[in-house]
Amino acid sequence: MAVFLARRLAIAMLSVIGASVVLYAVLALAPGDVFGELVSNPGIPPDVIANMREKLGLDQPIHIRYVNWALAMVQGDWGYSLVNRIDVGTLIWQRIPATLLVVGSAQALALAIALPVGVLAAMRPYSVFDQIASTLAFIGFSLPTFFTGLLFILLFSITLDWLPFIYRADLEQTGGAWVWAQLRQSIMPVTVLALFQAASWTRYVRSSVLEVIRLDYVVTARSKGLPERVVIVKHVLRNALIPVVTMVALELPVVFGGAIVTEQIFRVPGIGSLLISSIMANDTPVIMAVTFVFACLVILFNLIADVLYRWLDPRIKLH
Amino acid sequence: MAGPSHQTTLTVADEPRAPTSWQRFRKHRMAVVGTVVLGLLVALVLLGPLIWNVPIDKIDFRARLAMPSAAHPLGTDDLGQDLLARLLYGGRVSLAVGFAAMLVAVVIGTLVGAVAGMSRGPLDAFLMWLTDLFLALPTLPLLLLIIYLFRDALKGLVGPEVGVFVLIIAVVGGLRWMPVARLVRAQFLTIREREFVEAARALGASRLRQVVLHILPNALGPVIVAGTISVAEAIIAESTLSFLGLGFPPDTPTWGRILFDAKDFLSIAPHWALFPGLAIFLTVLSINFIGDGLRDALDPRKVR
Repeated sequence: MAVFLARRLAIAMLSVIGASVVLYAVLALAPGDVFGELVSNPGIPPDVIANMREKLGLDQPIHIRYVNWALAMVQGDWGYSLVNRIDVGTLIWQRIPATLLVVGSAQALALAIALPVGVLAAMRPYSVFDQIASTLAFIGFSLPTFFTGLLFILLFSITLDWLPFIYRADLEQTGGAWVWAQLRQSIMPVTVLALFQAASWTRYVRSSVLEVIRLDYVVTARSKGLPERVVIVKHVLRNALIPVVTMVALELPVVFGGAIVTEQIFRVPGIGSLLISSIMANDTPVIMAVTFVFACLVILFNLIADVLYRWLDPRIKLH
Repeated sequence: MAGPSHQTTLTVADEPRAPTSWQRFRKHRMAVVGTVVLGLLVALVLLGPLIWNVPIDKIDFRARLAMPSAAHPLGTDDLGQDLLARLLYGGRVSLAVGFAAMLVAVVIGTLVGAVAGMSRGPLDAFLMWLTDLFLALPTLPLLLLIIYLFRDALKGLVGPEVGVFVLIIAVVGGLRWMPVARLVRAQFLTIREREFVEAARALGASRLRQVVLHILPNALGPVIVAGTISVAEAIIAESTLSFLGLGFPPDTPTWGRILFDAKDFLSIAPHWALFPGLAIFLTVLSINFIGDGLRDALDPRKVR
């Protein structure tokens, strides 16, 4: 296990470096000037800008610039937000909890829906339940998150007036009221994200369970007289979940993409809405850093999925 | 009852043949419905503007935010512009982006997958590492970053509308080739060892000839399925970008862009957001059902 972990960590580090190279290459290839705003400002003399360029090492060849940038990132110096006037690192740390909270609860909710529905559908394939579930799943992942979000606002905030449609980080309430308000304002963003995920996961769970449930060892377990519940939970599910873990890991980039959209719709103050507002404000350091953080999050959760995979399936050996 | 000799003739003549791909596709009811709906939608956005020739940018403040009526079957937006005309026009752009981005993804994916599948050793390993790296990149943030960085330059080069169109197709397609590459490589690895390819090789067929004439046509099934699904994904990607206000400019009313403009008027003019949303949903749902039907029809495990 230690060797496996070490190798997997090394691969993850390589991926982080790869992602940073891709991001930096995109930035370097882009036409225009990072100092575009400053250059067009007549109040700043050109020699001041030339000075800043030299200080930031912008007159050096690209690979040196990349190494300098990467070293600065590693040391925690993520630059300075031109708009918010604080360190990019601080800004991102302020925003990350909201994103992780929304994404995390959405994943948990999606799993809580997809697992039982997928298993039940696979236990009676082509039954009425199965057909309804798979039709709903198709509808679920054909509904883009931005449209579901608007529909939810229209239904639950405007028509029924049950839930607030703006997420606030600075709730005035304290204690139990705070928990209640927090819960109320999280319901819509979390559900929008969860429904989309649950729809595609239900299909994975169903097809995966369907494949395992026909295997001989399941027949053996049944003929030993084990109750169906035990057969499913202890024998089928564990093996059926292995491919599901891979599919879930492969979909992580989509999950974080969905988080950007939901954060933007419900104004959740996470890194997704930070990315959009920075793009609107041409705040390049923040844009670069947030994109990089998204890449790292995806790689990190992929790593977790791989470790989980290994734990679920000891037969897998890393070759 | 028939004698043994008659029985033999029957078997030879009327042996039930495996259903063709088309027959299998037809049996998937939702896929057929999806094909019809998508066909109608395409016909509507192509031919609709010829019949419903209200200009998409005719501003009429007296009909501001009007509900659907005879004069405006789908109502109007905050400038009194006719929504039906805008939806029809925007549908052309949205669908064109979807199909073009799919082509980009399929071409890049097939190239990468074919090269990886034909070359053993370091090149294959490198290309697959690249594929895995791209699969791990967060697509939407990267899309946003690229569009943010390149938008203005391309606008200056080829004009705002064409510039954004080319950019969106290139990046949406350019970030969606990885599943195709994996599928093509896997197909190539098995097909290139089959006897008919070996026979072609023995006859002295060049590598290119083997690939183009013998391997690729047999590897197409999964590519078609993946390509179909990626049309839906590309349409969602474009709509998402436009919905975030970072896709097409306001004078190009793609479905996502109309939603973006409509979202602040949800309480007073819900129809404005509902119709483009429904259009995206219907299109994507039809394409997904078609993809599912094609998977049933073209699954190599079912052929034969």
